[in-house]
Amino acid sequence: MSNKVIYAIYNDDDILMDAVKTTRAANHHIEEVFTPFPVHGLDKALGLAPTRLAICSFLYGCVGLSFGTWMMYYIMIQDWPQDIGGKPSFSYLENMPAFVPIMFELTVFFAAHLMVITFYMRSKLWPFKQAENPDVRTTDDHFLMEVAVRDNEEELISFFQNTGAIEVKVIDKH
Amino acid sequence: MYTFSSKLKTLSYILMALGILGIGYGFYSAPKDIQEVEKLLAAESHGEHGGSKHEASASATHHGDAVSHTELAVDDKVEASHAEAPVGVDAADSIKEVQVLPLSDLTKGREKAHVMTAEEEHTEHLTHVLHQLQNKPWSAFYVACIFFMLISLGVLAFYAIQQVAQAGWSPVLFRVMQGITAYLPVGSVIFFLFLLLSGLHINHLFIWMDPEVVATDKLIANKAGYLNFPFWIVRAAIFLVGWNLYRYYSRKNCLAQDDANDNLFYKKNFKLSALFLVFFIVTESIMSWDWIMSIDPHWFSTLFGWYVLSSFLVSAVTTIAIVTLYLKSKGALEHVNTSHIHDLAKFMFGFSVFWTYLWFCQYMLIWYANIPEEVTYYVTRIDVYNLPFFGAVVMNFVFPLLILINTDFKRISWVLVMAGVVILVGHYLDFFIMIMPGTVGDRWFIGISEIASILFFLGLFIFVVFTAMTKVPLLPKRNPFIEESKHFHY
Repeated sequence: MSNKVIYAIYNDDDILMDAVKTTRAANHHIEEVFTPFPVHGLDKALGLAPTRLAICSFLYGCVGLSFGTWMMYYIMIQDWPQDIGGKPSFSYLENMPAFVPIMFELTVFFAAHLMVITFYMRSKLWPFKQAENPDVRTTDDHFLMEVAVRDNEEELISFFQNTGAIEVKVIDKH
Repeated sequence: MYTFSSKLKTLSYILMALGILGIGYGFYSAPKDIQEVEKLLAAESHGEHGGSKHEASASATHHGDAVSHTELAVDDKVEASHAEAPVGVDAADSIKEVQVLPLSDLTKGREKAHVMTAEEEHTEHLTHVLHQLQNKPWSAFYVACIFFMLISLGVLAFYAIQQVAQAGWSPVLFRVMQGITAYLPVGSVIFFLFLLLSGLHINHLFIWMDPEVVATDKLIANKAGYLNFPFWIVRAAIFLVGWNLYRYYSRKNCLAQDDANDNLFYKKNFKLSALFLVFFIVTESIMSWDWIMSIDPHWFSTLFGWYVLSSFLVSAVTTIAIVTLYLKSKGALEHVNTSHIHDLAKFMFGFSVFWTYLWFCQYMLIWYANIPEEVTYYVTRIDVYNLPFFGAVVMNFVFPLLILINTDFKRISWVLVMAGVVILVGHYLDFFIMIMPGTVGDRWFIGISEIASILFFLGLFIFVVFTAMTKVPLLPKRNPFIEESKHFHY
């Protein structure tokens, strides 16, 4: 069986969103959508499962906060207590307000970096990876929808031309 | 057109009636002379209130009579910090300074110290408590009055930001915002009358208005060029009139746009809103110094304007969300969908974190620098107002953080209303601890006066806001962004 797909190319994110909705309403299977920037609500329109990245991020933040708390305790109280500004570091609790900015920064640091790394791993992205982009224009100002073809090539072409696509082409994928 | 449901109208009448009764009772039951105070204190000393506990804390407030507190004036925390003070500073000297600075008529008391008899001391203490107790119903009224007025001002500022940003998501909510700002003229008039009464010495919330205090207090005397009644009341008038003018013309233009053939009124509103925002951010800072910070006239904080702004802005967005949810539940606002609600909830969450950021900035800088005249502000709040002080942080930060961080929760009405009510109560408390310590000291209590004042202004707020809502259609149909707003989908 041939592995044909349709590339429908759009030049506006609102038109793309409407096209995604009509395509799904017509029960055509959307393989993938390529966009030059994140389009709000596209994941919902595509019917993708909600991302679990936010949960990861929250957990990473908790790890960062714990690490920051422990680090400040170890550095400032346990290992090398000093008297800074008339506030001797004998008790964690009494010196805590001074540590809050560091704890906050580490929370953000852990959440942000680990979230990005998780995202790369889930998306199977790494340095020097070959781009899987079907059309270079999707890195600039065009949007591309990839739809599987099942013996209905003619029907699909006319269907996508009616959704406001500026270009519809059929590609034989290997 | 929305109709003000009779149930809600009755509720607002009941709230106002209860409020007036409670406020009246508060004034009626405030002690009239020191004999009553003496009886009150005698009754209290048999109760749980230890005499010495009071002495220690009261000194940190305004009308402190220094004499009886000489030893106790500085509470444990300040004392502890002084124990660690650099060598070379005479301990007694620094303690003396701590006393002088937060107090107003203290200098007077200190001069008399050596000629005072025990009898006089006692009388002075009673007078001091009397003043605090007489201030209490006024302060309770003031906190609720300024809180509700600032909510409507915050909504006005939020609305102006939407206009200037040419936001596409919010035009379906414009009429809701305009409805809420309808409270601004009413609130401004009551508030201005209150300020006039302060100037006429009917109440004594602003001790820098008392010529006797200014005469004996060098710090306040130095600020007299700015902190004097005529200049202060003129500033207040300019600010209130300016805000109300913007509200009036912006609403007028928005309504005119409904029947227009072009976008002229929309463009006018854009320019007007941009000008207003400039005016607002300057006047907002000054208003926070004038109306709130000057209650503790020795103390100052340079980010106070931002802090007050963040507090009433988050309350304002919360109010918009709650009113929107109410109207939506009544079938009005057919074009408002969960995405609009979601965005409001995001603002509630974001501004809550912003408030915490400023709260902590202000706290940490003062805590770390540990300068006596600055730390007294927090020492009073932590020692005497411990529960509301930290309670406000829990209600305004921890609770919204944990509840509203979840995407799905931001779309569930009952979760939002619950979080919103907690945020509003928390920010009322925030204003409470900004104002009360300087006016009633350790004589605070959230009792009939306070609750009745809230009820009265809540009733008035509901009545004015929902009456205004019935006057015009709730959809600004000719706004250039209205289609985008109707289809806003996230």
